[in-house]
Amino acid sequence: MSDTKKYVRPYGDTTGDGMIQTSFTLPIPFGPKADGAALQLANKMGMDPAMVVHSNPIGDDFTFFVVYGSVKHLVDLDEVKVVEREYPLLSPSEVNSAVKKVLRRKLVVVGGCIGTDAHTVGIDAILNIKGFAGEKGLEYYRELKVVNLGAQVSVPELVRSARTEKADAVLISQVVTQRDAHILNTQEMSAAFREAMGDRRPLLVAGGPRFDPLMAGELGVDRVFSRGTTPGEVASYLVHAMQAKRGVAA
Amino acid sequence: MALLDLDPKVVATARRLAARAAEPVVSLAKAHTTVAVERATLRLAGITGADSTHRAGDVPWVNRVIDTVREQCGLEHGVVLPAFHALKQHDLGTLTELAEATAAGQVQFTIPTGKDLTAARKASTSAVAKGLKTVDRNRAQRDKLVAKWGDPAQRPWIYLIVATGDIDEDVVQAQNAARAGADIIAVIRSTGQSLLDYVPEGATHHGFAGTYATQENFRIMRAALDDVSKEVGRYVRLTNYASGLCMPEIAVLAGLQRLDMMLNDSMYGILFRDINPIRTFVDQRFSRQVHARAGIIINTGEDNYLTTADAVDAAHTVTVSQLLNEHFAHEAGLPDHLLGLGHAFEINPKVPDSFRLELAHALLARELFPDAPLKWMPPTKHMTGDVFDGYLLDGFFNLAGVLTGQSILLVGMMTEAVVTPFLSDRDLALKNVRYVLNAAGSLAEDFRPAPDGLIVKRAHQVLGEAVDLLERIVDDGLLNAIADGTFGLMKRPADKGKGADGVVEKAETYFNPASEMLEAAR
Repeated sequence: MSDTKKYVRPYGDTTGDGMIQTSFTLPIPFGPKADGAALQLANKMGMDPAMVVHSNPIGDDFTFFVVYGSVKHLVDLDEVKVVEREYPLLSPSEVNSAVKKVLRRKLVVVGGCIGTDAHTVGIDAILNIKGFAGEKGLEYYRELKVVNLGAQVSVPELVRSARTEKADAVLISQVVTQRDAHILNTQEMSAAFREAMGDRRPLLVAGGPRFDPLMAGELGVDRVFSRGTTPGEVASYLVHAMQAKRGVAA
Repeated sequence: MALLDLDPKVVATARRLAARAAEPVVSLAKAHTTVAVERATLRLAGITGADSTHRAGDVPWVNRVIDTVREQCGLEHGVVLPAFHALKQHDLGTLTELAEATAAGQVQFTIPTGKDLTAARKASTSAVAKGLKTVDRNRAQRDKLVAKWGDPAQRPWIYLIVATGDIDEDVVQAQNAARAGADIIAVIRSTGQSLLDYVPEGATHHGFAGTYATQENFRIMRAALDDVSKEVGRYVRLTNYASGLCMPEIAVLAGLQRLDMMLNDSMYGILFRDINPIRTFVDQRFSRQVHARAGIIINTGEDNYLTTADAVDAAHTVTVSQLLNEHFAHEAGLPDHLLGLGHAFEINPKVPDSFRLELAHALLARELFPDAPLKWMPPTKHMTGDVFDGYLLDGFFNLAGVLTGQSILLVGMMTEAVVTPFLSDRDLALKNVRYVLNAAGSLAEDFRPAPDGLIVKRAHQVLGEAVDLLERIVDDGLLNAIADGTFGLMKRPADKGKGADGVVEKAETYFNPASEMLEAAR
């Protein structure tokens, strides 16, 4: 197979046949009309010809369909633009071995919710072993030492703990956004670390559902994570940042 | 019928070691109370509602009372003596009125003595007895409804999860699931509820990946399931979670609203939520006593170990935890038929003979605990997003379940680790279960693993490793074993963790009518 191909279509059992298979549910009772409706949807999705190969009722009000058919669309590979994450996603064991190799000790992560915010849902999802979205939290990583300070941590307390623990990274979570509390708290935090430790400050990471990843500069932190971030992404980022700091190629 | 030919002496040794390992922890649990146990007691005594004028949002009245009592005279005597003494002194009719007066700063709590002490004991005992009477009535009502509508026609019972975040949507999904064949509905809680040190109030509509456990939500869902039970002609059971920092309170609310099964593990909160070990063991003991009284089947959480550790290497830690959970449950008064010990189908499907190993582990649990309604949990760790692969794996999980006589089968979803299941995913998952039950439901009759075959040998090996580990735990002490990362690889020291400040050593004069009545009933 050549890499220089510009256009491709789905492959069923013959090159260029465009065959795909899909399944979906419509909120209408089972019957000939439902099958017709499924066919119409498949046609609108670009499947032509389409075959409703199976349908069955789910309760009185829904019908489930399996549809096979050929799509008319072409994929233009030149137009495929992938947003490259600047760091690779690593498995927990890859994270562990990278930390071992680069630091020769555990990577220390201190985390908490700062300000009056008592919503530890976010920080716990990232740090607790229970984790989030099927991924274990950072506590699960053998080469990470996690100190979870919990809720309502004051900025001086956070700086003190980061110092005592010799933190490599500080993770703060902000859920409450009333009167921009999440932004002001985070700025206060990053300023305090700059003042107390200058360039020797740990990596600062802020997370919360209402943060925009583009706000890192404005907040004075190294990285911002938004809604839906998983522990694996955070761990992979920490490894990436640590390697960059030490001048190791990722 | 025993297929593994387990040595009764080894089994007896395992149980004896589990009892010895648990003993110091049980004494610790008896010697302490917690803010959550005290709150649960007041809830049994009739306190309800929340302070909606507090600046932190709705704070349950029971939290206001406990916090104030603790501030003014400590909790080492228990909350009921100062609370019922204050009730009489201020001539208040109900605990809720007492809470309002407390919030207004009008109440000074003191520990009564002499005649006042006797009066407070008597008044609190009769209030708590009333709460327990409601629990008893609910238990009788369940028995009556089961007799009227019937149990599921088959074993295993089919257990399905709903998790919309909105109790009204949950009702729609739960009733549909029951019509499609579910025997048990579990309402998953909102992310993070286990770490709240209070129980939210009222009907809720905005949970995260689940719905808050509240007394009102319990009531709404039980009523909805009663309606659908009548329609489908079998009693559909309701499950929630007595875990986290409010374990005892949620157990009480479950008893008051006739829930039927509760997740309640002896170590899950410690290991996976970093809750203080002592807090967990104290709360767990009280919550299990309440479950025993309410006739609620507990579900333990051994499946979780296998999501962090390897399911082959750590198979014996499941057995050890089951034995510990069994002992703690018996000690708290739960009989075998209320012991839904957990285990799971989590061996990497790429491991050669993985299905035979699964059968070995599942049979071991079945034969070690012949009278317990075992809960069989589906694959999660090796579900990849390839839903076709996942559907096949769930089929094998279902087959292992019927072949080894599991009692409660949590229906596996091919969308595990991908998205919240679609309506059609749930329907397909139930079809998978129905096919296996119909095609092979009685296959256990014909199933005789070879006496010297892999399945039998593997079961013996796991039991042997479990006994070895139990011996080490007895030598080290269970709390040290937990601190050292023996279970699920998590290290949890006894003096650390969330909720540690809610643990109080009981004074000589400690009084709790709920504990006394629950202990006496054992």
